[in-house]
Amino acid sequence: MDDISYAPATGALAWTWALIALPALGAAVLLLAGRRADKWGHWLGTATIGAAFALALTLFASLSGLEDKSGTLDLFTIISVGDLQIDASLLFDPLSAVFCLLITGVGFLIHVYAVGYMAHDEGRRKFFAYFNLFAAAMLVLVLGGNYFMTFIGWEGVGVASYLLIAFWQAKPAAATAGKKAFLANRVADVGFLLAMFTMIGALGSLDFATVFNGAESLSTGTSLAIGLLLLAAACGKSGQWPFQTWLPDAMEGPTPVSALIHAATMVTAGVYLIARSNVIFSLNPDVQTAVVVVGALTLLFGAVVGCAKDDIKRVLAWSTVSQIGYMFLAVGLGGGAFALGIIHLLAHGFFKAGLFLGSGSVMHAMNDQTDIRRFGGLWRVMPWTYATFAAGWLAIIGLFPFSGYFSKDPIIAAAFAREGWQGWVVGGAALLGAALTAFYMTRLFVLTFHGPRRWTEDVHPHESPAIMTGPLVLLGLGSLAAGGLMAGPVTTWLTPVFGEHHEAHGHLSHTQVTIATTVVVVLGAALGWFLFRRGTDEAPRAAAWPVRLARADLGGEAVNRGLFERPSRLVAGASVSIDARGVDGAVNGLSAAIGGGSRRLLALQTGFVRSYALSILSGAVIVVAALMVVVVQ
Amino acid sequence: MNEVQIDWAGLAPMIIVFAAAFGGLLVEATVPRARRLAVQAGLAVAALLAAFTAVVLIHDKSSAAFSIEGTGLGSVVLDGPGLFLQGTIALLSVVAVLLLAERRTTRGGDFVAEAAVVADSAADKAQQREDGATEIFPLTLFAVVGMMMFVVAGDLLTMFVALEMLSLPLYLLCGLAKRRRLISQEAALKYFLLGAFASAFYVYGMAMLYGFAGTVDLAGINQAGIASNQPRLLLYIGVAMIAVAMLFKAAAVPFHMWTPDVYTGAPTPVTALMAACVKVAAFGGLLRVFNVGLESSAWDWRMILMVIAIATMLGGAIFAVTQRNIKRLLAYSSIANAGYLLIGVIALGDAVGSTMFYLAAYGFTVIAAFAVVSLVRDGDEEATHLSRWAGLGKKSPGTAAVFTILMLALAGLPFTSGFTAKFGLFAAALGAGEVGLVVVGVVSSAILAFPYLRVVVLLWLNEPAPDAPTVNLPSPMAGAVVAAGVAATLILGVAPGFLIDIADQASTFLNT
Repeated sequence: MDDISYAPATGALAWTWALIALPALGAAVLLLAGRRADKWGHWLGTATIGAAFALALTLFASLSGLEDKSGTLDLFTIISVGDLQIDASLLFDPLSAVFCLLITGVGFLIHVYAVGYMAHDEGRRKFFAYFNLFAAAMLVLVLGGNYFMTFIGWEGVGVASYLLIAFWQAKPAAATAGKKAFLANRVADVGFLLAMFTMIGALGSLDFATVFNGAESLSTGTSLAIGLLLLAAACGKSGQWPFQTWLPDAMEGPTPVSALIHAATMVTAGVYLIARSNVIFSLNPDVQTAVVVVGALTLLFGAVVGCAKDDIKRVLAWSTVSQIGYMFLAVGLGGGAFALGIIHLLAHGFFKAGLFLGSGSVMHAMNDQTDIRRFGGLWRVMPWTYATFAAGWLAIIGLFPFSGYFSKDPIIAAAFAREGWQGWVVGGAALLGAALTAFYMTRLFVLTFHGPRRWTEDVHPHESPAIMTGPLVLLGLGSLAAGGLMAGPVTTWLTPVFGEHHEAHGHLSHTQVTIATTVVVVLGAALGWFLFRRGTDEAPRAAAWPVRLARADLGGEAVNRGLFERPSRLVAGASVSIDARGVDGAVNGLSAAIGGGSRRLLALQTGFVRSYALSILSGAVIVVAALMVVVVQ
Repeated sequence: MNEVQIDWAGLAPMIIVFAAAFGGLLVEATVPRARRLAVQAGLAVAALLAAFTAVVLIHDKSSAAFSIEGTGLGSVVLDGPGLFLQGTIALLSVVAVLLLAERRTTRGGDFVAEAAVVADSAADKAQQREDGATEIFPLTLFAVVGMMMFVVAGDLLTMFVALEMLSLPLYLLCGLAKRRRLISQEAALKYFLLGAFASAFYVYGMAMLYGFAGTVDLAGINQAGIASNQPRLLLYIGVAMIAVAMLFKAAAVPFHMWTPDVYTGAPTPVTALMAACVKVAAFGGLLRVFNVGLESSAWDWRMILMVIAIATMLGGAIFAVTQRNIKRLLAYSSIANAGYLLIGVIALGDAVGSTMFYLAAYGFTVIAAFAVVSLVRDGDEEATHLSRWAGLGKKSPGTAAVFTILMLALAGLPFTSGFTAKFGLFAAALGAGEVGLVVVGVVSSAILAFPYLRVVVLLWLNEPAPDAPTVNLPSPMAGAVVAAGVAATLILGVAPGFLIDIADQASTFLNT
């Protein structure tokens, strides 16, 4: 393989840093200005991200005029110890360019929408500050010129998402969801950190160029370890199996947050990481198989659970889990499929943002209700929302000539092209996933907008204001057309990053796959339409075990509870009981003493020192005994 | 005649602080009460800065302070790590002394004159109304001399003297809190009893090692570890006992039990001093004992120290998760950090530089954190219960922002010193082959980040209670402490290179 090298940034590309600085500055001003900024803060936040989008377009244009198709910018040295040097460097290349456009472009529309959506929320200024922070962190992630910088963005995104998901702290569900997101993110961080340490140990550098060029010289074990650690990191961040549960819970934040997390930032970070590290993943077939398995498993998992959910945002959330599964599948297949994964990611960015913002518009109209069993017939009342949601629906199920057709079909074809029996299994899973997607999205669409009205009595639905429908329309147009427009050009555009694209030929030809996909999608959608065209019960009925299982997130929650929650509760409980004697004993003792009962405290006090001394003594005994064991040996 | 040559320049840092401590006692006797605070604090800060300058001037020294006809005696060894840590202790003490001198947060300061008065008696109430005692400054200086001596002590006996010298003033300082007297006295007594217990272990271990090596000199013990004919049993018991005593000071599990109680009970400025400076001294001693004295027997003690390190990292982090009191939270985090530092001790030579960098970085962050704790008040008392901190970002955004930076640093997020320090330490340990410990360390810091970030959320996203605590500003001294700590935290996070270089260059122990 040719050596990978990145040219220094010239011309407009020397302004790459400003992409990050703009939203970061917005966040800083909003946080520091305090209440003074309440009146105009949201406009500032929107303006900075808009300016960043304009800048990203300029950079994109100047990059396409360049021979080398890359520009690195070394800002300053962060750490320089012995041979290890880590710079704060940025890299603007075709891959980071498309991510920047997605983050700032879709991010800008979501910002505009949020101006209207959060209009009545007291914390709007703070919300926009975190929003800007989120965008800035995500831009650091995709623009970082080495793993260290990527990690900085990685951490920043984690913190910002924690703040945003838990934004409505008063809701206990929001607080719990924030915690869950945080835990999954920590798993992701641990994986990433250990991968970085391994790279430093094996290659002495975290620079993309050095790591990728040196990757071939690594032992199989080392490259396997790095690959699996990076995969663990990506799974945590992108809500892939077995860390899928945090993503749907993250719905507890304000809806624009869900849109931003699910469409433009955060969950795409895992896909970005794998795509960026494509050299490492391509080296090792075992790691690739692992990525493919995770992707295929997750896309089915998400789709099955999506069929059983009644909460509009949760259905969309599980559909994100499932769609990201497709992207993982694509980047796991390797070779030309890397670009397919990225194209699907971009197309998904549009339609998922549109769908989420549309669901926000519906919730706005329905007093923040989210139960699709109590919607129905909304198409008359909110035509704009209806039309744009329909665009998103057509795009995600992937009918010709809409977006998903151009982005998802090639992935399914590539899956079938995998060698041997794996091709049949993986391709079959992807095909089944497409059918399920068509079914649950049609169910969602029909139950929300068509059929009889099953509203609760106190709602008076109305169309949302123009500031919310405007972004919806733009995203709707993007949903319809993006896939078709991007499929060809983006593949060519990304060639410098992923290498030449070779059409893979496998078990089924591309035409056969297209026909099969179209058939199952139409069948799935038709089934959804037929079953739910007359509405549904207003409350869930007792159902057979497969439905019950799907409603319970396919046991994901139960596994979580058994594996993580219970042990941690036990430990926490133990620590509380030990601690209660320490702190609270003393504190309660103090109040008792003030009340005249100091004897109790005295009794407690001597007890403490004795038990502490006992702890020291037993520790000493253990230490001595352990050393004795060494002697005997 | 065998005349002992004394390297006065090398001893100058300790002599300056020692002299200032005695000077402080004279100030108590001669200067009128109204001016004592200014004189005492000024004297202490000046002496510590002078000591720091003296350390800088002799920074490339690598020799014994006492020698006979050119042959060094082991008692005081001036070498890279020793001097680096002396400098760190001097600088951190300057910051801590400023915090001790703060009189704005509580009228008359955080201290009473007499520790032993029965709590809540009439005499106690009377002394609570008076201005605080200024004896705390000479006491602190004595403790600081002890710490500075501890990190350069080259034999076990000198080390023991230093250990007692740093401990005794601290026991007393713990009992001087003006508010919550009973808890403060309880903390002092606990710390004293357990400290004495630990000292007994130390002396016993020293006797064993003497029996084994025929010397208390660390380098001699190392030699004996290779060549001695004495039963190795003596060595093992000796190592174990010495380790127990030092791990007690360092607050490693299972010798950590005193930490939360003492940290909570002691006056916050004293807690800051303990969390920063004593930690530096304790690990300086551990580094020296294991690198110089016990390197040859590394295979014997490695395993047990690894188990302790793992228990400390996980124990500290897990206990921290359930804490509801900010001082206890910081106490448990200090325990977990002791675990990370132990990795540096176990990794021996290669990790000395990054361990010392970690100590300096952590010290500044933790002092600033305790300074903020001392500023957030419910009337006269510190509002230490976390629920009282809810919504602080609304009422005092500046303070909340500063505390957020400190919490993120403790959680080890990038662009703070917490991250660079952990990164450097773990990378060095990995280089030394400690894969398992590093994995546990990363996992533990992942757990530990949770309580910190919960505090951040509490500060910014929760609604403040109607009777929320006030932040006492302007408090010039504590403000300066916070500013210094945050500045160090950010500088060492963004451009840590210079200090890493200094620490690396200073990482070779004199081994004779």
